[in-house]
Amino acid sequence: MTDPQPPGTLSDQLLDRAAPDRTAFEDLVVVPILAVFIALVLGALTMFATNVDLPTIGRSYVALLEGSVGSLSAISETLTAAMPLTLAGLGIALGFRAGLFNIGAEGQVLIGGMAAVIVGFSFDGLPAAIHLPLALLAGAIAGGLYASIAGWLRAATGAHEVISTIMLNLISYRLVDYLLRLDFIQREGRADPISRSVLETAELPRLLTWIDANLRLHAGIFLMLAAVVVIHWLLFRTKLGFEFRASGASPDAARYAGMRAGLIIVLAMGMAGALAGLAGANQGLGVLGRATPGFSAGIGFDAIAVALLGRSHPYGVLLAGLLFGALEAGGRQMQVDAGVSIDLIGIIQALIIVFIAAPLLVRSLFPWAFRKLAKVGRE
Amino acid sequence: MTQIADPVQLQARKLDTGKVRQARISGWALLGLAALVAFVFGQDVVGDATFRLSRPNDPLALPNLVIPALPFTYIVAAILAFLGVRLFLQGGVRWTSLALGFGLFLAVAAFLVWATAGKSFSLTGMLQATVVRAVPIALGGLAGVLSERVAVVNIAIEGMLLAGAFTGALIGSLLGGLGGLFAAVAVGGLFGFILAALVVTYRVDQIIAGVVINLFVLGVTSYVSSQVYQEHRFLNNAPVFAPVKIPVLGDLPVIGPVLFYQNIFVYGAVIMVAVATYYLFHTRMGLRARAVGEHPRAADTLGINVYRTRYVNVTVAGMVAGFGGAWFTLGSVGRFDENMTGGRGYIGLAAMIFGRWHPVGALMAALVFGFADSLQQKLALLNTPIPSEFLAMSPYIATIVLVAGLIGRARPPAADGKAYVKE
Amino acid sequence: MDVELRGITKRFGSVTANRDVDLKVTSGEVLGLLGENGAGKSTLMNVLCGLYSADEGEILIDGKPVAFAGPGEAIAAGIGMVHQHFMLIPVFTVAENVVLGVEPTGRFDHLDLRRAREQVRAINDDYGLEVDPDALVENLPVGIQQRVEIIKVLFRSADVVIFDEPTAVLTPQEVEDFFNIVKGLRDDGKAIVFITHKLNEILEIADRISVLRAGEIVGGGEVGELNAAELAELMVGRPVSFDVKKTPFDPGEVLLEVEDLTVLRDNDDLAVDRIDLTVRRGEIVGIAGVQGNGQSPLIEALTGLRRVAGGTVRFKGRDITHASARDRHKMGFAHIPEDRQRTGLIPAFTIAENMVLDSYYEDRFSAGPNMRWSAVNAAAAQAAADFDVRTKSVFNTVATLSGGNQQKVIVARELSRDTEFLIAAQPTRGLDIGSIEYIHSRIVEAREEGDGVLIVSSELDEIMALSDRILVMFKGRIVAEYDGASAEKGVVGLAMAGAAA
Repeated sequence: MTDPQPPGTLSDQLLDRAAPDRTAFEDLVVVPILAVFIALVLGALTMFATNVDLPTIGRSYVALLEGSVGSLSAISETLTAAMPLTLAGLGIALGFRAGLFNIGAEGQVLIGGMAAVIVGFSFDGLPAAIHLPLALLAGAIAGGLYASIAGWLRAATGAHEVISTIMLNLISYRLVDYLLRLDFIQREGRADPISRSVLETAELPRLLTWIDANLRLHAGIFLMLAAVVVIHWLLFRTKLGFEFRASGASPDAARYAGMRAGLIIVLAMGMAGALAGLAGANQGLGVLGRATPGFSAGIGFDAIAVALLGRSHPYGVLLAGLLFGALEAGGRQMQVDAGVSIDLIGIIQALIIVFIAAPLLVRSLFPWAFRKLAKVGRE
Repeated sequence: MTQIADPVQLQARKLDTGKVRQARISGWALLGLAALVAFVFGQDVVGDATFRLSRPNDPLALPNLVIPALPFTYIVAAILAFLGVRLFLQGGVRWTSLALGFGLFLAVAAFLVWATAGKSFSLTGMLQATVVRAVPIALGGLAGVLSERVAVVNIAIEGMLLAGAFTGALIGSLLGGLGGLFAAVAVGGLFGFILAALVVTYRVDQIIAGVVINLFVLGVTSYVSSQVYQEHRFLNNAPVFAPVKIPVLGDLPVIGPVLFYQNIFVYGAVIMVAVATYYLFHTRMGLRARAVGEHPRAADTLGINVYRTRYVNVTVAGMVAGFGGAWFTLGSVGRFDENMTGGRGYIGLAAMIFGRWHPVGALMAALVFGFADSLQQKLALLNTPIPSEFLAMSPYIATIVLVAGLIGRARPPAADGKAYVKE
Repeated sequence: MDVELRGITKRFGSVTANRDVDLKVTSGEVLGLLGENGAGKSTLMNVLCGLYSADEGEILIDGKPVAFAGPGEAIAAGIGMVHQHFMLIPVFTVAENVVLGVEPTGRFDHLDLRRAREQVRAINDDYGLEVDPDALVENLPVGIQQRVEIIKVLFRSADVVIFDEPTAVLTPQEVEDFFNIVKGLRDDGKAIVFITHKLNEILEIADRISVLRAGEIVGGGEVGELNAAELAELMVGRPVSFDVKKTPFDPGEVLLEVEDLTVLRDNDDLAVDRIDLTVRRGEIVGIAGVQGNGQSPLIEALTGLRRVAGGTVRFKGRDITHASARDRHKMGFAHIPEDRQRTGLIPAFTIAENMVLDSYYEDRFSAGPNMRWSAVNAAAAQAAADFDVRTKSVFNTVATLSGGNQQKVIVARELSRDTEFLIAAQPTRGLDIGSIEYIHSRIVEAREEGDGVLIVSSELDEIMALSDRILVMFKGRIVAEYDGASAEKGVVGLAMAGAAA
């Protein structure tokens, strides 16, 4: 087409970006801070209701703080706990962006971790430079393939991924139980289900043992940071990311624009599973050194919370992963110091998400913290 | 407008319709089953399969059902192959679902005969266990039906079941079984109300709200278990409801023990399914509820309060799930364990979809899941060469297959999952 | 019963939809409420029927002020509304839809459907409406669905009946029947409000006219005192011409050839039944027909979005029957989809992102796996300026734009590249006259440049104004063909109702 009028400077003006919106700032910063605050208060009330006395409640929150950021060892623990949460959380965030609700991260963590551990103990004599990447890759591929089942079912038959990923989780527990009793996986001389130990060449090396041999921080942290950057690039800088986001925001419009919905679903699910698989590999190769039944320990479910808390943005997920890692590390300290069960952390985490998912609720609880909202709407 | 084209006529015109494709896939599936039955089950099967129908001291005892395994296997394989081939022929399209359903039933029968060959197996016992294990799934599915009919997706069934189980054990230990049951229903209703408040008033995404409730309930119940029950064991020791025999009917062979000699949870589930069916499809309130689920704006223009309808139905759904949750403790073991519902709520959700958002359909689907569940339990006793882990997976694999195979034809309420904004 | 609106003002956030509106309708008359799309007609009536509450002003019934807390109270007061988008539940029967909200019940809240059916039949007989109370609404044609809506209103013994754009979905013949029903209601003593943006209709049916522009009443009067030109100027605020200027028809080679095309709906019902069709360069082919006669599946099949069950589609001689939407886009297909909010745009995305929704993969916007966002933004700003999209920045989301500007974003996206063939479905549905004129001129411009153009619209006036050739679709088949210059509206209208089949 030809231009009816000379465009001149109008098109330049259209390239101006508006100043950041106040409401956006409130939703991104104020709501999460208040959500954490309310959750901690309600957590204290829960303790109070179960007959924990006030000094103990105070002591437990002090322990929570000390155990998460109070010392080098605490920070090392926080980061170690944050790694798998962030990795799996990135996968779930990627799914959210593509319009997929992947509840199956738990199973993908298990399957990916299992594959990484198997590769990790199987190849004796390989140099670490080959063995470690190979084991990580095995974890990512196994997790990705496992998740792709749900993606393929959704694309081919329309089966909702929430149901199929939940079922795949339940299947994965039994599958791991079965695998751990196979001769070539089960540790020699053991009757209980436990795998052989990962060889040293496949371990994620610990980084701070030169300061203190007990510091568990390992090289997985580079994996986590790289994943954050790569996923950010993928989502916001690439064609594939544009397709993911378009399909997530409006599957019909994406299809009308010529994007291949089925392929996008399978790819997004596969990548999400690969990230969860990496989280499993990270645990298997960096922390545990072996596989046992249920070694995923709920990482896949906490990762859903991390993705929600991080607003499905890679940097947000990193921050949320660090927060949840801190809560977990601090929670262990809390259990030791104050004798309060670490399950309390689960309650606090659930409350944080609910308040973040319901900004209207937070706004009505703390009206003074927000500019008055204008009612928005059109005819 | 739309014209209903005769599938056979379309097929005659060589059009590639969905029904033809579906018939083709089902045909291949049946042929595959036939091959499985003939070449796997038919290979090493020896002797007769003996199914016990009654216990020796039952008043009306039936003789054992004895089936010669090898002939039975080959007959089943032949029928399956016939059904499969039929679907590829002209006109076979009409009966696809029926053929597939019948074929699956036969394949399961062949499997049972193969597993039991040369041994004996209590069929009545397995059916009784089927009904018992179907109860929480059916009640979870019913809770799903009640809330999704008003367009609120209820992922929180799992959490509501868990809350019901926990409350049943705690209050049951303090006040006895009935008190525990009422408390479980009340707490289930409370979580239904919270779900409604989150999704209706605060417009939280329905799936997120459900997941959060599940996480929260898991957190609270686990916390109290480890924080309180460790020291005060008397708080986790509730009485269990004993089975009640219905006079006369309870003495009938097979169906007596299966249907009429059960505890109140079984009877309660059946009654609730009946009441819910009447409510949804034969009352004024039910018509309005369904209208809210299909087209909330239309309901609103007619003066129906969309928000209140959603609150009420989702709360009632929570109460049903709370009742179902109490089964785990008051109807079964009397003691609460962490995460003891083990995903039954999600299977209930699948039962709802499989049952096409109908209470009776959900109950039937729950029986199928209950059957798979009890089958794997009983088969573990028969020493089959299949690893027990794979048998344990079977209900979940079945769920995936059913959801994948049926979703295309089942239609959820039109507004399902969508928040309604009045202005 | 007389109803009066006094000083009604309704705001949504910073947008004022109605400002200080006075309106009166008395029993036994038809008040025509005329206004453009977006003038605030529906909002005003939603205030009257209790769906919205007004920020200022009052409603008086027979001189007494009333306040409605919700639609239920307005219905009880005798106000009934037939909405533009039908408020029917597709999976319910006619009887269930009619009684919903005022159900006859027995003991235990039991729904008395037998009584409901009898009551529906009684209304059928009284007003000569023939509707089967047991039919499922989703199986009924739209014309009959509208009768169900009317029965609903009558069932609630409404004295005031509001019709919101009631003729949008009807054929010209069905409009005649509908007008007879409206006149019958008026003669029965009901007060009728008839909302429309169509001048000829309002002049035919209304006794008195009020014109609404930008939320305010700008004029009106008895129907004999006003002519069409005056009304049009009142409605739009400036003189309007309804003619589309085109160069003489001079078609070139054949671009698109469709032979024996058969397409099925998702549920395997037959949607398009062995259609033949050609489109040449420099030609606008218009497909007229009542909604739901297979136009949407036809468009989806032609753009590669729906499986073709039988027949062939050729483009410039090449078989593209099974080519993907992306392949067709590369061949120079442009597609303006019928539902801009759902399939044409992603409301939550920025204007820039929407501008490249189907061309982001091209080399000008991407390099390898990477997007070239600076190139995207520059091109989007240029296109927005070229196509008169009124916005401050291309980084605003599309959701913030008005309907007309949203449609211009789609037109800009589809036509700001080299195209050969344009498919436009309902290109101006729900737009104001300024936007309609602009989009029509752009479509004609595509034709002048030698593109083939296929337009589907349920607005017969639009088809008549633009097309060089008119095809009429009825029950999945093309039942008639007319020359665009010489076709008569009445004849085409008859064909739309199936008379030519």
